[in-house]
Amino acid sequence: MILVWLILIPFIGGLLSWQAERYSRGLPRWIALLTMAGVLGTSIWLWATGDYSITGTGFAAAAGQTPSWTIEFQAQWIPSIGASFHLGLDGLSLLLVVLTNLIGVLAIACSWKEIERNVGFFHLNLLWNLGGVVGIFLALDMFLFFFFWEMMLVPMFFLIALWGHNIPGGKGRVYAAIKFFIYTQASGFLMLVSILAMVFLHQQATGKLSFDYHDLLNTPMGAQVEWWLMLGFFGAFAVKMPVVPFHTWLPDAHGQAPTAGSVDLAGILLKTAAYGLLRFGIPFFPHASAAFAPVAMWLGVVGIIYGAVVAFSQTDIKRFVAYTSISHMGFIVIGIYAGTEQALQGVVVQMIAHGLSAGALFILCGEIYERLHTRDISKMGGLWSRFPNLPPIMLFFSAASLGLPGLGNFVGEFLILVGSFDAAPVVTIIAASGLILAAVYSLYLVQRALHGAPQPLPEGVQLNKQGLLKDLSKRELVMMLSLMALLMGLGLYPQIVMDTAKAPVQAVQTIYKAATTPSVVAVTGANP
Amino acid sequence: MTSVQLWALLPLLIATASIVATMLAIAVYRHHRFCASVTVGGMNLALIAVVYDLITGDNLAVPVTGLMTVDAAARFGMVLILVTTLGVLTLCHAYFEGYKRNREEIYLLIGLGTLGALTLACATHTATLLVGIELLSLPMVAGVAYSMDERRAIEGGIKYLILSAAASAALFFGVALIYAHIGSLDLSAMSQALSAASLDQPLVLAGAAMMIAGLGFKLSLVPFHQWTPDVYESAPTPITAYLATVSKLGVFVVVLRLFHYGSSPISPLILTALVGLAVASMLVGSLLALRQNNLKRLLAYSSIAHFGYLTIVLAVPGDESLRAAGVYLATYLVTSLGVFGVMALVSSPMGERDAEHIDDYRGLFWRRPYLTSILTAMLLSLAGIPLTAGFIGKFAVISAGVGAAQWLLVGSLIVSSAISIYYYLRIVSALFSAVAAGSERVSEPMGWAQSFGGLMLVVAMIVMLWLGVYPQPLYLLSGQLAQH
Repeated sequence: MILVWLILIPFIGGLLSWQAERYSRGLPRWIALLTMAGVLGTSIWLWATGDYSITGTGFAAAAGQTPSWTIEFQAQWIPSIGASFHLGLDGLSLLLVVLTNLIGVLAIACSWKEIERNVGFFHLNLLWNLGGVVGIFLALDMFLFFFFWEMMLVPMFFLIALWGHNIPGGKGRVYAAIKFFIYTQASGFLMLVSILAMVFLHQQATGKLSFDYHDLLNTPMGAQVEWWLMLGFFGAFAVKMPVVPFHTWLPDAHGQAPTAGSVDLAGILLKTAAYGLLRFGIPFFPHASAAFAPVAMWLGVVGIIYGAVVAFSQTDIKRFVAYTSISHMGFIVIGIYAGTEQALQGVVVQMIAHGLSAGALFILCGEIYERLHTRDISKMGGLWSRFPNLPPIMLFFSAASLGLPGLGNFVGEFLILVGSFDAAPVVTIIAASGLILAAVYSLYLVQRALHGAPQPLPEGVQLNKQGLLKDLSKRELVMMLSLMALLMGLGLYPQIVMDTAKAPVQAVQTIYKAATTPSVVAVTGANP
Repeated sequence: MTSVQLWALLPLLIATASIVATMLAIAVYRHHRFCASVTVGGMNLALIAVVYDLITGDNLAVPVTGLMTVDAAARFGMVLILVTTLGVLTLCHAYFEGYKRNREEIYLLIGLGTLGALTLACATHTATLLVGIELLSLPMVAGVAYSMDERRAIEGGIKYLILSAAASAALFFGVALIYAHIGSLDLSAMSQALSAASLDQPLVLAGAAMMIAGLGFKLSLVPFHQWTPDVYESAPTPITAYLATVSKLGVFVVVLRLFHYGSSPISPLILTALVGLAVASMLVGSLLALRQNNLKRLLAYSSIAHFGYLTIVLAVPGDESLRAAGVYLATYLVTSLGVFGVMALVSSPMGERDAEHIDDYRGLFWRRPYLTSILTAMLLSLAGIPLTAGFIGKFAVISAGVGAAQWLLVGSLIVSSAISIYYYLRIVSALFSAVAAGSERVSEPMGWAQSFGGLMLVVAMIVMLWLGVYPQPLYLLSGQLAQH
């Protein structure tokens, strides 16, 4: 039941803060913050008290196993179509739920001053989006999973379309929001078709109509069918991840989204795709995934290089961070399809580290924009002499993004590369160049935005008496410092995360290994 | 006629009686609310009669003469028709309150149309089909042209009259051709002939083609759709709602009897034609909706696409797809009622012209937050987003298509629904766009909430969300369509 509350509380909190706007502007913020802090606390409590050495991922009925989850909840929902309200929590979902709730708290905190219009409705959307994402991470019924997968698009659409920015030269926030929605919705339907096809195959084989994860895991299917269904899932996840060439919605969405929307998008929405591959994509279709792995890994490499090169040429700081996200998510694709335990552990660490660092960078972008009213990097130069605290913090997160040892991103990327080398040496070698490119673009950003001679201030921006711009407030400092501490913690002692994720990661690795070793020829031979 | 048959036919008898009563009421005492109440009361009684029959009876098929059969499918259809009619009637009451000329006859017209739809739901003979279809279409001609002093309304009415008459003519010529071949006018015999149609039966094929054209016109499937946007645009909003819901629903029940209830699957030739119609409707409907700035025209094209989705079930044999049809119809009806309901309530005080241009809705959220929230939810439901009923409907249809491996249809549905997101979201973002000054909450008077129309909308909203979150009862109920 606690799992239901994890999803339900943000929904209720959202409704409350929507209505609280009648009474005051501040009340919705406090309600939303307390709600998210509450669920964050709950999820951390679950982490501290639960036993995460078990997972139901990849359970095989044929081998006489029974699926077991750290916490599981199942209730009847729509028996006519075989869908039930089935939730389950293991180490992987727990980590992502904690990340979601943490990012949620930060997203609320970072929009404390930024959002002035319709505060209540804003928080309704933000909290419903977060609740939907938690639902994605907990759902063990494919109908329910798809339900959350599509449902959380609507609040995100509103966040971008209503509170976004119309940046000069861009096509406008509504355009970006609709583009985001269409991309993810259409690709989501591909996944729905795959899910349905799998359900019918399962029904033909066993006579039981069911959307349940455990049932569908054991769906018998031919090699060619498996290939097609896998592509349906991959399509949905590749758009959300995003894998180049399905990425074009991301820079637009980030460019126009409000800070909280960007933080939410980069911090957790992109992770739903990686989670989907780990939980569903590979366990459902191990053979096809193994056969598809070279393609996927090369797509990952393309993403890494392309994202880095395009990031380098951006002038809008938010689009810059968006393209670096594409680059970083390329590593995750490679790690997932390499499928070794090290690589998969690296994927988990990288997901969390990127969630924190990209989130922090977007918050910083928002803070710079609040002070300078511009997001154009070329108009920023010399910020180091204008703020005491903001530039070093920015330097820290840029360093994290470039993979500085001691910070979380390094651990993630390093593990991914080490783990992938055996599986695909060429891919890994080229992917490793992404680290160099990351150093280039990150340092270039630092150089252009923070150092150098101060640029003339944009119109309407005034220096204070000390000749400085208004620095980070206490609220902003606390946010930044806690993110820095978490990122350092993850970089110095990632073992906590890796222990928690161990069981699901091993399960995925076992499935994947079983699919790759015995009959690679047979599977690849059946490719259409 | 036995008492069982009379009992089964009771809903139609009550509906007829309520029409006569409304006519007399208008003649005796012309009073808007009074006349509306007479019709609404009658329709409620008819609804109670059907529901009573559903709950207490053993739900047997009761043949009433050779012309009609009241079976489970017919009862399911009648429930949907009557509930939707009641929704439209409440909208009419809200909408025509501000109308300056005679307001009461609209209830007569809607009552007659509903009687036609009820007849269609029970029809098992082409004679009943003829009576039902004409009874459904002709009052609506008057309904479309109801504001007689408006040029546009007259134009729409005449357009609907001529085209609808031509479509009926085509339909019945098709019936005659098939009759020439099989020598029977029974719908089940027709259905047999359609499922056995082959290339060496030119009469049946020509007849089938003309029937499909005629019925396709009534359901506004591409390429028989041209009338839809014009007529939708010129009709008063509640009548548009009626055309989009009850009119099509009644015809669709007959279409199911003709193309789906045969003992053998449909002939491959006709299947190809239906698949073609479905694909064309889905794609053309949503592509043409993209450029519309008039909400009624946009919804007309979107309803074309929606009936394209629904046509998928005709291409899929088996009871599962009938259940999908039932689920889809119910979700579509409640959603359409909601959308048109908000439009009618937004329009009615203006009197002269309906609020139908997208500019009329720009920033509506800041003026009427609750109505706009309902409209937003309904539009998202049309787009098929989870938490709303529309998702369940779309899901049912997709799952029917995937189950029968109709990949062309499923693929078109995905493409069409991706396109449709654009125009629904365009309206949604217009609803919320900031208007010059006054982005604060400025509620217009809440009068709408106290009216019956507002109440109906709130109920529609609740039902829509309920179906979206917990569709299990609907799935069970829709099983009725499979019992024939």
